[in-house]
Amino acid sequence: MAREFKQITKASEITENISWQEITTGTEIYEPATSLLVQTGDWRVNKPVMVWDKCKQCLLCYPYCPDSSIPVSKDGKRLDFDYDHCKGCGICAEVCPFDAIEMKKEG
Amino acid sequence: MAKQDRMSGNEAVAYAMKQINPDVMGAFPITPSTEIPQYYSEYIADGEVDTEFITVESEHSAMASVIGSSAAGARSVTATSSCGLAYMWELLYVAASMRLPITMAVVNRALTGPININNDHSDSMGARDSGWIQIYAETNQEVYDNFIQAIPISERMRLPIMVCQDGFITSHGVSNIELLDDEEVRDFVGEYEPEHFLLNSEEPYAVGPYGISAYYMEAKRAQAQSMKDSMAVIMDVANEFKELTGRDYGFFEEYMMGDAEVALVVIGSSAGTGKEAVDRLRGEGKKVGLIKLRVFRPFPRKPLAYAMCKVKAVAVMDKAESFSNSGGPLFNEARSSLYDLPNKPFVINYIYGLGGRDITVEDFYEIYQDLFVIYRTDDPEDVYRYIGVRDSRYRYE
Ligand code: SF4
Ligand code: SF4
Repeated sequence: MAREFKQITKASEITENISWQEITTGTEIYEPATSLLVQTGDWRVNKPVMVWDKCKQCLLCYPYCPDSSIPVSKDGKRLDFDYDHCKGCGICAEVCPFDAIEMKKEG
Repeated sequence: MAKQDRMSGNEAVAYAMKQINPDVMGAFPITPSTEIPQYYSEYIADGEVDTEFITVESEHSAMASVIGSSAAGARSVTATSSCGLAYMWELLYVAASMRLPITMAVVNRALTGPININNDHSDSMGARDSGWIQIYAETNQEVYDNFIQAIPISERMRLPIMVCQDGFITSHGVSNIELLDDEEVRDFVGEYEPEHFLLNSEEPYAVGPYGISAYYMEAKRAQAQSMKDSMAVIMDVANEFKELTGRDYGFFEEYMMGDAEVALVVIGSSAGTGKEAVDRLRGEGKKVGLIKLRVFRPFPRKPLAYAMCKVKAVAVMDKAESFSNSGGPLFNEARSSLYDLPNKPFVINYIYGLGGRDITVEDFYEIYQDLFVIYRTDDPEDVYRYIGVRDSRYRYE
């Protein structure tokens, strides 16, 4: 039996069960920041780990992260990594002037 | 009020563009389409249009620039030929899968090698599976008319469209042409008002996202549907255009097909030469007809079969070799369309006109004679043939 369908408009409705009639025109996604809905960090091989004692909160690591995975609080302090999205590239560890980030094997 | 003028096919495209006054043109020159951006740059210099004219360093970038501008919400056009089109290849698929209504003038030219600047259809035929609508013209008038119709077709369907004409033959050949008023053209194409566009700060959204295996096939099926649905839109726009101009357009033109026993299918300027052969043979009392295909993508499978249902033998003319060992691209699609007919005609293929090789009225005359032989003997022999090539197996002068 044919199932009811309507074209998807919300990113949260895009699932692996939608039909070709339901998929958006040109696979467009009509809202921003939809990666928050998806865990993209699960294939990470290495993992950055904070050594909080050494961190001076200079915030150099934050703009270098290509994946916006270093959250900064309203009062301007970096928080722990967003491991749902961090890819483990190691750029933050490389740029930290105080060796406050260590790269560890995942798992 | 319609006004008479004389123009080359390239100028006709540039003039149509000027009347449309698109938001963006991606411009990179390549023979024989170079004159299109050249004329257009004059219109810009003279202040006749306010198009953003983006001069880029390659055709790849020309297509990339109009993909960007079209996604941003701008009515976008470009022009190219031959290797230039080939260089756009990967981006043609991007434009189509993102469903961007880009209008591109393609001035058909052979692909290298050997290096050659003259006309055949290998460039656009090579791009036939990229998801673009393709419309072809026989005359300068058709080039002009097709370009104007292309804008509403592509924008209503959200599909990119190639408006093709034969390099040098129509692109540089000057002939009489009937032009519309600027206002008529502007009314006909209307304002471009996309539902979604990247410059809309009210609706931040993503275009061209990654499509993993779980989504890719649904995306492609939906894209295939848009090509199917464009059939009706192409006819709607043709009907609106007829109301405005009195000029009749469809998926193809039927010439003396009513009682035809044998027929020919051809694309582009050579149709005029073919019609001359039809007239001559009709003068001798022979029942011959011709179909000039205008729309190759989407392929008008059913209408073509219907138009051919009473014919006994058909020659399909390909101005492109596909090295398939089973004929050219038009042949394979036309023949496949006729397969569902209860009384299938014989369908043979002629590769002709490669790299600017002339095809003459006599050549077409000969093809019709061949079709009558097939009709009489019930034997098509080899269906994959060439015409106009020097062949040591036959005497030639
Ligand atoms: S760069 Fe190093 S010291 Fe500076 S905030 Fe980041 S982790 Fe802390
Ligand atoms: S490892 Fe790479 S992705 Fe992860 S937080 Fe550091 S810079 Fe960002």
